[in-house]
Amino acid sequence: MSSITHHIPDELLIAYASGSLEQAFSLVLAAHISMCDECRARLGAHEAVGGAMLENACGTEAGMAVSADLKARLLDALDDPVEPAPPAYHRSGVFPGPVMEALGGLPPKWKPLGMGVRQSILSHGKGGSVRLLYIPSGQAVPDHGHNGLELTLVLQGAFHDETGRFGVGDVEIAGSDLEHTPVAEEGAACICLAATDAALRFRSFIPRLLQPVFRI
Amino acid sequence: TNSFSEQTLWMLAVRDQRDRAAFGLLFDHFAPRLKGVICRSGISQGQAEDIVQDVMLTVWRKAHLFDPQRAQVSSWIYQIARNRQIDVIRKERRPVPEELKQPEEVQEDAAQIVALEQETSRLREALKRLKPAQREMVEKAYLGELSHSDIRAETGLPLGTIKSRIRLGLERLRHELKGTETS
Ligand SMILES: [Zn+2]
Ligand SMILES: [Zn+2]
Repeated sequence: MSSITHHIPDELLIAYASGSLEQAFSLVLAAHISMCDECRARLGAHEAVGGAMLENACGTEAGMAVSADLKARLLDALDDPVEPAPPAYHRSGVFPGPVMEALGGLPPKWKPLGMGVRQSILSHGKGGSVRLLYIPSGQAVPDHGHNGLELTLVLQGAFHDETGRFGVGDVEIAGSDLEHTPVAEEGAACICLAATDAALRFRSFIPRLLQPVFRI
Repeated sequence: TNSFSEQTLWMLAVRDQRDRAAFGLLFDHFAPRLKGVICRSGISQGQAEDIVQDVMLTVWRKAHLFDPQRAQVSSWIYQIARNRQIDVIRKERRPVPEELKQPEEVQEDAAQIVALEQETSRLREALKRLKPAQREMVEKAYLGELSHSDIRAETGLPLGTIKSRIRLGLERLRHELKGTETS
């Protein structure tokens, strides 16, 4: 765990803490923080800012009186029966709790993408898309650029590309300026959690034709 | 001073003794602040009060998860409020990190709790000293009024020391967990 070298930048942690980060990226952050005490502590520091703002809110125009009966209604509700909490998901194999939750507690359903690469889409919608990728050792993911932001968290194995090496727990942040060809290292197959807010741009002709089919 | 803040004492009484009077004091302190902050996102007063009520109910029900070595009451409540707002406004459940299991019997380190409180009050003072325009940006960022590409991380706030305090709390918790697992 202490071998993590690529962490989450502050602007993404703040966006996550404030709830303005897209759902797909939030899953990658929640998964990374489950594996990384450094970012858990940094997120805590940002939440402390949120808390301090809440504390400071009084005495300014931001503090607002609540209805007279709100407190009484709340105190009455303390003994109400509690709806059963949704199950808490825990790490299973290489998948941290938030990924297990996205999988509904079941193993991923892998679909072949060609050349031994497989994917399992966790969600795809207006909040971006997020998927698990399985890349056999030594295999490359086709050369591509990004129309938006792409976050890739390594769950097993490692890959490298033009920007560096990414091992278990590392997050690669790729913006629209990056054109890269991630290659899985020798050894165990590389399993990643990858989120994008826009479709990827593939340079080679065939993958572009297949893009709508594979939703990548 | 070397004692806990009122808010921490109230929260610990709620967590450890299920103290309703202390919970009432927490409500008196946080409800107007929560409502003010929630209303900033353009929500009606009625809906904001519903959210305040849900947030405070969660505080009561999840009190056992409160760990003053890692978070102040205010930051813990801020988190709960953001989750609830996403739930209500976007109809989404924000993915959250795996909860660190709390060992059954923890000896809390009072010095660590006090140190985190002191860092947090320094942070509050620093927030107050920001120039109005800068403070407005910080507030917008932490209230979800900016997109991540608009957020610039340099806030001029002393976050490094708070981070190390929280980190110490985490390490302590991990250490305790190891102890409970081997015994
Ligand atoms: Zn990290
Ligand atoms: Zn990419």
